[in-house]
Amino acid sequence: MSDTDHGPLIPRNRDAHPPAYDIDYKTSVPRSPRWSLLSMESTPSEETGPRFGHSLLGEWDNNLIMNWTRGKSPAVGERILVHGRVLDENGRPVPDTLVEIWQANAGGRYRHKKDTYFAPLDPNFGGCGRTITDENGYYEFLTIRPGAYPWPNRANDWRPMHIHFSIFGHSFGQRLISQMYFEGDPLINHCPIAATIKDRSQLDTLVAPLDFSKSRPLDFLAYKFDIVLRGRRQTMFENKLEGM
Amino acid sequence: MVQKLDTLIETPSQTAGPYVHIGCMPTYAGNAGAYDQEIGESPIADGAKGEIIEITGEVIDGTGWALRDAMLESWQADAAGKFPGSDGADPAVNGFCRFAADAETGKFTLRTVKPGAVPARGGVMQAPHISIWIVARGINVGLQSRIYFEDEDNSADPLLNRIEQKNRVETLIAKKTGEGQYAFNVVLQGENETVFLDI
Repeated sequence: MSDTDHGPLIPRNRDAHPPAYDIDYKTSVPRSPRWSLLSMESTPSEETGPRFGHSLLGEWDNNLIMNWTRGKSPAVGERILVHGRVLDENGRPVPDTLVEIWQANAGGRYRHKKDTYFAPLDPNFGGCGRTITDENGYYEFLTIRPGAYPWPNRANDWRPMHIHFSIFGHSFGQRLISQMYFEGDPLINHCPIAATIKDRSQLDTLVAPLDFSKSRPLDFLAYKFDIVLRGRRQTMFENKLEGM
Repeated sequence: MVQKLDTLIETPSQTAGPYVHIGCMPTYAGNAGAYDQEIGESPIADGAKGEIIEITGEVIDGTGWALRDAMLESWQADAAGKFPGSDGADPAVNGFCRFAADAETGKFTLRTVKPGAVPARGGVMQAPHISIWIVARGINVGLQSRIYFEDEDNSADPLLNRIEQKNRVETLIAKKTGEGQYAFNVVLQGENETVFLDI
């Protein structure tokens, strides 16, 4: 437990998130609840959560260029470092938390038995990675930039280049899955999934800028992507649960 | 002008998409061996104290169709109501499970130990329950809910008692179908829509 693990979770600001129902993202139409969410103060069921240790990680887990072949042969594509920090809403780092990513290859093809797009698989690319943030909440992945791809939504919809992120935080109520987009990608403005986020300034927080400070000359470019999880309310008198 | 708050805003959610299993359950995606060890394969190890139970069900959309691409996660206390990591918790219970709807049938199974009652604030006890979180293509923000049990005393549970329409309480209660067997469906929309939570 870190020193931020006190008090109830700060209620989720639902205005910052997509609504469940969005007619332009067609699959959301039958998969969105019609009734309102039931809200209440968090309990230990949401304030605790699974923790994962570094012993979980394999040598290549955060290197998607090399992990599918265990270091034998690199994936094809634009070599990039994706890095950033996981923070909470109070601006504190979230250390020792699991970050998982998955993505398509440079041609926009996923290594999943259900993906039938005719862009070929890269025999040297799997498309998943994971790491655990350090004591400052910092993480990094080496990967290749994923390609855009078409999807059966409206007649001519294409996903922008993106990397899926899954973050745990320190409590089950902080659980978050989102997507990282790339600065300057013109498809972001045409994507119904990106557009489920109604506040443009919030969508902009999913767009990672090019970061020359972390690029390695003659090797890889870098993109910076910080993630903010729900924080916990800290008070002088409320940080102990009755009966705990 | 007022002062500026120094709080940050939570990163907005996006759907997990149809291929969430690549990153979270590589073996299910057809990519066995991507990791030496996948997480959440079981919430219990051999020797877990308490009653071992199996909960089976489906995640059903507004047309009545079971999702074939949903991923679920669960989090719970041990049989004595202690969360993993707390003092005295059962070391054979890690409490976390990741499971998916079957790609052909849409059915899921959660095998775990039946949790004990856990406290809320103010000394109130919550009836035994398992917290669940559901993500899939078409779900923009992961849906939180809970599984309670019909053979437990749920009458004083603070969350269930907050549900104004008492006929909706049933949507959070797993039905006993046999010894150690329960049925629980997640209904995303429509008749008998599951109560989803914002906590």
